[in-house]
Amino acid sequence: MNILYFAWLRGTVGQGEERVTPPAGITTVGSLVAWLKTRSDGHALAFADLTVVRVAVNQDYVGWDHPIATGDEIAFFPPVTGG
Amino acid sequence: MIRVQADDFDPGAELAAFSAGNGKVGGVCMFLGLVRDYLGDEPGAAANVRGMTLEHYPGMTERQLAAIEAEARDRWPLHEVLIIHRYGRLEAGARIVLVATASSHREAAFQSCHFLMDWLKTKAPFWKIEHTDGGDQWVAAKDQDDCAADRWNKK
Repeated sequence: MNILYFAWLRGTVGQGEERVTPPAGITTVGSLVAWLKTRSDGHALAFADLTVVRVAVNQDYVGWDHPIATGDEIAFFPPVTGG
Repeated sequence: MIRVQADDFDPGAELAAFSAGNGKVGGVCMFLGLVRDYLGDEPGAAANVRGMTLEHYPGMTERQLAAIEAEARDRWPLHEVLIIHRYGRLEAGARIVLVATASSHREAAFQSCHFLMDWLKTKAPFWKIEHTDGGDQWVAAKDQDDCAADRWNKK
């Protein structure tokens, strides 16, 4: 699956995009985040406070218990500040 | 109509063309958002902002704006809707966003324009980083924007 990071999350993780193949058992956004946190100190820091992180699966906002599947585009970003 | 672009736009020309030729339109409302030259809520009290850079999520931005437009058209009898939102580097004073609505009567035009801006601010995936005299900083989302958007939630 393709993971995207925007705004300060991109800087904290250290990249804007990464392709990952999580191990079996990673079936929700929440479990994916727990797994991503183990990948680097930057990942761990980016996901340290999930109250300031939003997530979209295939360009729709979802909650942390949303299921994920191979081929999904999953984006993490801070609350939006456009307009 | 949704337009997400780096280029500037001419509000007068957009407004003139917006409902031209549609004789059913009796009222047009337009909101124009600009880059302020100060931080926070008090002009002159904080660091000066030289400009900002707007980042967005291509694809999701258009998808969310289209959904917001559809919601507005569902709630009010609108003849035309236009949302233009810029991204990239913008200097102080630059135009950021234009929202225009056209209806047969003013109330629907006023309300839907207000609604579109409130929802856009909390749902469209844009992020601002401000370039100030003291360095760059990502703009934090405001609780008041969530409250403004919430007032349109159906009870």
